[in-house]
Amino acid sequence: MSRNPIKPKERVKIPRQKMPEQDPAERAHNFQEVNLGLPESLAHTEAMRCLECKKPVCAHGCPVGVKVREFVDLVLSQDYKAAAAKMREDNVLPAITGRVCPQEDQCEGTCVLGKKFEPLAIGYLERFIADWEAESGELGLPPRAPATGKKVACVGSGPAALTAAGDLVQKGHDVTVFEALHEIGGVLVYGIPEFRLPKAIVRRDVDNMRKMGVKFETDVVVGQTVTIDELMDDEGFDAVFVATGAGLPRFLGVPGENLNGVYSANEFLSRVNLMKAYRFPEYDQPIYDCKGRTVAVVGGGNTALDAIRTALRLGATKTFMIYRRSEKEMPGRAEEIHHARDEGVEIQTLTHPVEFLGNDKGWLTGARCIRMELGEPDDSGRRRPVPIEGSDFHIPLDVVIIAVGTGPNPLVQSTTPDLATNKWGYIEADPKTLRTSKHGVFAGGDIVTGAATVILAMGAGRTAAASIHEYLTTGVWELPEPEAPSEDAAAGA
Amino acid sequence: MFSLLEARFIAPDVKLFRIQAPRVARKRKAGQFVILRVHETGERIPITIADSDAERGDITIVVQGIGKTTKLLNSLEAGDSILDVVGPLGKPSEVEDFGTAVVIGGGVGAAIAYPTAVALKKAGNRVVSILGGRTRDLVILEDEIRAASDVVHVTTDDGSYGEKGLVTDALQKMIDAGEKIDYVLAIGPIPMMRAVAETTRPHGIKTVVSLNSIMIDGTGMCGGCRVSIDGKSQFACVDGPEFDAHRVDFDVLRNRNAMYREAETQALNRFLADPESELARVPGHRCRLEDAEVEG
Ligand SMILES: Cc1cc2nc3c(=O)[nH]c(=O)nc-3n(C[C@H](O)[C@H](O)[C@H](O)COP(=O)(O)OP(=O)(O)OC[C@H]3O[C@@H](n4cnc5c(N)ncnc54)[C@H](O)[C@@H]3O)c2cc1C
Ligand SMILES: Cc1cc2nc3c(=O)[nH]c(=O)nc-3n(C[C@H](O)[C@H](O)[C@H](O)COP(=O)(O)OP(=O)(O)OC[C@H]3O[C@@H](n4cnc5c(N)ncnc54)[C@H](O)[C@@H]3O)c2cc1C
Ligand code: SF4
Ligand code: SF4
Ligand code: FES
Repeated sequence: MSRNPIKPKERVKIPRQKMPEQDPAERAHNFQEVNLGLPESLAHTEAMRCLECKKPVCAHGCPVGVKVREFVDLVLSQDYKAAAAKMREDNVLPAITGRVCPQEDQCEGTCVLGKKFEPLAIGYLERFIADWEAESGELGLPPRAPATGKKVACVGSGPAALTAAGDLVQKGHDVTVFEALHEIGGVLVYGIPEFRLPKAIVRRDVDNMRKMGVKFETDVVVGQTVTIDELMDDEGFDAVFVATGAGLPRFLGVPGENLNGVYSANEFLSRVNLMKAYRFPEYDQPIYDCKGRTVAVVGGGNTALDAIRTALRLGATKTFMIYRRSEKEMPGRAEEIHHARDEGVEIQTLTHPVEFLGNDKGWLTGARCIRMELGEPDDSGRRRPVPIEGSDFHIPLDVVIIAVGTGPNPLVQSTTPDLATNKWGYIEADPKTLRTSKHGVFAGGDIVTGAATVILAMGAGRTAAASIHEYLTTGVWELPEPEAPSEDAAAGA
Repeated sequence: MFSLLEARFIAPDVKLFRIQAPRVARKRKAGQFVILRVHETGERIPITIADSDAERGDITIVVQGIGKTTKLLNSLEAGDSILDVVGPLGKPSEVEDFGTAVVIGGGVGAAIAYPTAVALKKAGNRVVSILGGRTRDLVILEDEIRAASDVVHVTTDDGSYGEKGLVTDALQKMIDAGEKIDYVLAIGPIPMMRAVAETTRPHGIKTVVSLNSIMIDGTGMCGGCRVSIDGKSQFACVDGPEFDAHRVDFDVLRNRNAMYREAETQALNRFLADPESELARVPGHRCRLEDAEVEG
């Protein structure tokens, strides 16, 4: 019943279609999206490459199990609306995931084509369908179940909370999202830049959710403006989903970190994305004038890549990344590392700053760095970087952006004493049901796992919604049966 | 949207506002602040909650117009609305019965210190307030602070009102006179807070200052507000804004606060050149010039 007229032997001969993109020299100076999207003809050709495997392992690579083979089939029959519907069964934010998922580690990483040839461009196709749907205006909002009379609060408005809110409102619950900032979207609006994820896309999805009946309250810092207990006891919420992300910036703890010109990636990106400093003076928020300057970012993940490519777009003439391991270990999306290089970002691997230097007015002038070599693998399985004695050297710098990871924001936990956390301050939640130690409270996304990915946060939102729905309809609050005790545990007891 | 219930100047360039913000009014404690944003293209700025009424659901703030956003704010009237008010943010002031508490407010710092003075008084302290200003007009909230204090000293740089001199002169006099001082809270310009810290340091008097670092989110997310306390970074928005004055690195604060001077001047000049186009962006702002035309 395949709609693909070509035999599998022929399909593998079709090369993976290339994503049209803005010319690197040009895009390095604007904030418009880098990737332009596949035109219909290329999407079609790409879809032809799928082998339509009996056991589509691609879906196993996807954290929410998107039915790739089935939506590809619908692309081949040009029924894009049905393709979108198929996708929405598992993934309510396809325009976003198609753009930002680390596909090479997920769906595309497991696609069988990738063993001998290049994997199917699943992310590109996902984006194609989502954008087609948006352009056609043919979005069918899913029907809403009759009102249940139950109230649910989602704390935070990142992908985890949005996904949960969307699912819960469809099931007939009365859902309110509480967000600390003035914009809805979490990292999608304050972190990931316009040139990678246009904010209009996030807004579109949020508007759709509003139409579905989700209520949004911005400017509410849960823990400060209102506590979880007050939400449940005074405001009548029957369940709460905490999805506050891992937004607390980490610094290096080296001398000179408070010099002017030293930013956390969160500050740099919030100024530019949330507050639109790249449009100063039309917008009031200023940002360091990077024109003609040398800017470095410390780190090798998506945040570091986003920050340095932002600096480039603000006019920096020399930009580089300082990363303490080798390029192989860089956690950023492969496509973005490639894009950054094309745009002129230099990557200094096996290097780490040990001190920032400044002038007498307190402005950054440079960094003293040290070279590293790779030693034994550490807990994460990556080889541990070890400093090389006496390898210090100096780099002159105007701005440095620290992007070495984030931690959990404690405002909810510190005001909710009966909410158990682990030793790093992340909320403890049962992996299957996302129930926390507190009756009626669930948690998911980065606040449980530590900084992860958009699609994992969405997966958590889904799980939470199902679990909350079950709790609200059965009224039963109990954690699942403990597994049969292991011998160690029995011996310890 | 948050509507302005009352708006009146209490000194040149210093305006008091009452804002409808029931959630904030219900929760706030002395020493906490809000972050507000006037309109869509505006900045987020922190302003201390000077007072609140949980029943009515409103908060009071006192704003000194020094740059683009505060001057824009100060040109708004009762009936206008602003886009965002979030809070209460920061840790409440540490309030207990210390004995004799000296509360020092320099300029608009008086508005920031006022709620804590009230709380200190309530907690049983003998409250001595020192209000300072460059000149008579800039001494604000005197009546309110008198009501919350056992003794009030006023100093002006030019001697136009109260004692001629600085707030630290009044403080030094108390120390020299052998008055027992158990606690000092000093809020005002950085040089003033630094001077107070140096005045009390040799005497080992517990001294607290409220740091006005540049903020964005106010929730610990950006790290832009970091200050150096005993050589370690802390975030003023969540770890403060009050800190032990003897441990603060005021140089770091001064430098960091000057980081955007150029852009700030540019923004202010743009605003002053054409305030109407900015006011037109304020949600629900009614241009009074238009009213005048219609009526006239
Ligand atoms: C710069 C950057 C680039 C990234 N790039 C990618 C990428 O390309 N691909 C990818 O898959 N992932 C990427 N990630 C990671 C991904 O964005 C996160 O894993 C994901 O957003 C986590 O979702 P979340 O819903 O758990 O929380 P978040 O998106 O962090 O949202 C949490 C929200 O909660 C709010 N909040 C916090 N505390 C409170 C409170 N007390 N009260 C009310 N609200 C509160 C916050 O303001 C925030 O809006 C990137 C992250 C960053 C920072
Ligand atoms: C916790 C706290 C409480 C405060 N309470 C009050 C108050 O009750 N009344 C009052 O009048 N002022 C208060 N301030 C100061 C007030 O926030 C600044 O005056 C205001 O942000 C200046 O903005 P502007 O656009 O008018 O001026 P600008 O020209 O932009 O800035 C003038 C100076 O204000 C500081 N500043 C600029 N932007 C910010 C920002 N986003 N956050 C903090 N400081 C900034 C800088 O030092 C700058 O040099 C408080 C500050 C803090 C941190
Ligand atoms: S959601 Fe992400 S991982 Fe899943 S199929 Fe789509 S792009 Fe791949
Ligand atoms: S594994 Fe690859 S080739 Fe097979 S169905 Fe999935 S996308 Fe198609
Ligand atoms: S204002 Fe962002 S961390 Fe304090």
